[in-house]
Amino acid sequence: MKQIVSFLALATLAVLLWNLAPIAMPSDLGPVASHYVSHGLQENRGSNLVTSVVVNYRGFDTLGEVTVLFLSVSGVGFVLRRRSGLKVHRQRPASEIITTGARMLFAPTVLFGAYIFVHGHLTPGGGFQGGAVVASAVLLLILADRDLVLPHAALGWLESLSGFGFVLAGVVGLVVSGSFLANHGIIPLGTWNRLLSAGIIPVIYVLIGLKVGSELAALLDVMVHAADEGEAHS
Amino acid sequence: MMAGNELYVATALGLIFIGLATVTIKRNLIKMVIGFSVADTGVNLLIVALGWFPNRTAPIIDDPSLLSDRATLAVRSAAIVDPVPQALVLTAIVIGVGVTALMLAYVIRLYATEGSLDVSRFGRMKW
Amino acid sequence: MNVLSFLNLVDLLVCAVVLIAAGGAALHRNLLSAVVFAGVASLAVSFLFLRLAAPDVAMTEAAIGAGLSTVIFLIAVRRTQETEEEDR
Repeated sequence: MKQIVSFLALATLAVLLWNLAPIAMPSDLGPVASHYVSHGLQENRGSNLVTSVVVNYRGFDTLGEVTVLFLSVSGVGFVLRRRSGLKVHRQRPASEIITTGARMLFAPTVLFGAYIFVHGHLTPGGGFQGGAVVASAVLLLILADRDLVLPHAALGWLESLSGFGFVLAGVVGLVVSGSFLANHGIIPLGTWNRLLSAGIIPVIYVLIGLKVGSELAALLDVMVHAADEGEAHS
Repeated sequence: MMAGNELYVATALGLIFIGLATVTIKRNLIKMVIGFSVADTGVNLLIVALGWFPNRTAPIIDDPSLLSDRATLAVRSAAIVDPVPQALVLTAIVIGVGVTALMLAYVIRLYATEGSLDVSRFGRMKW
Repeated sequence: MNVLSFLNLVDLLVCAVVLIAAGGAALHRNLLSAVVFAGVASLAVSFLFLRLAAPDVAMTEAAIGAGLSTVIFLIAVRRTQETEEEDR
């Protein structure tokens, strides 16, 4: 009975949303978006306008977003914290193919992730995507060797320093040109379509990439080891 | 509506509907988290679909002459989709996986203490 | 058949795949299968993002939504139980 009621309520919601959608449907870019599109190239000298919006125009939102990610990862670490005195269950070792393949693929995958977040201002991609690719390289290592212990202190330092660098870049913009995360007057904007261009954007996106990569790697590590602990119980 | 994105909006609304229906009807906790994840994907698809206009290109500028030529730039900027929803969805996806992981961590902890995934058994917090 | 209508047909197919996979994720009793269905839906949605002229979002969805998220779900399923209880 309850299920039928909730199903009907949701169906009503879907129909209402479908009828509301044309009202919300814009026919052209809004004033803010058309400023980003027509002035973004001059102001930031980066080809990828999405990156300009994420890192520069809405950089403050992105700072809040990496904070949310940090909070949720520390929440996972808190909920799944390891109780002391519990021995870690030994796993059946992974097969030769997985071990060798993971070892071969680890370095190229990390390199690919770094490539994605270094070129964030030129091509599609950036810190979030590159960070996820780096974390999947770490996942390969964890799959190959389940007793692997990640260097948590180093990961924590990397994560904290890159977050600190993000805030520091914002404060430098505040001091130099009067607004948080400002992109003029700090690093020369450089030539369009070169790797070292677009001012502070690639610097911040590399920092975001390192932060997201280390956070997601720590997240995977915590969850995999919590799973091991559970099997040790049963 | 004649904006050309009806198909995407309908798919997004379908995803939201399926996700929320899973959350409300299913009793299994992991199923409920899957439902939240599906609804999250649907919302992201809806936001990007609302910022899309037919026959426009991705917000990546590939012509260096645009730097000096303001007139061409004005013409070209009318041929680009809205970058703002894309930037918001980019961060929303990452937040989504963080929130999903937190929900799953609570599910794992609940299963460790109660030995069940059935949400109707967790009546202790009810009043 | 010209290129445009071919792409529209592909869009229609992919949207159908998205909805069917999401329905499978909602209905399948085996939680591992449900998680894989959700991953398929996510991957198909990343193709839709590409068609919506959003390559950045498509990359994020493919790497995080379809990749890492599925892995996290699989870890959680392995940690708990693999089948859903019967509805009462």
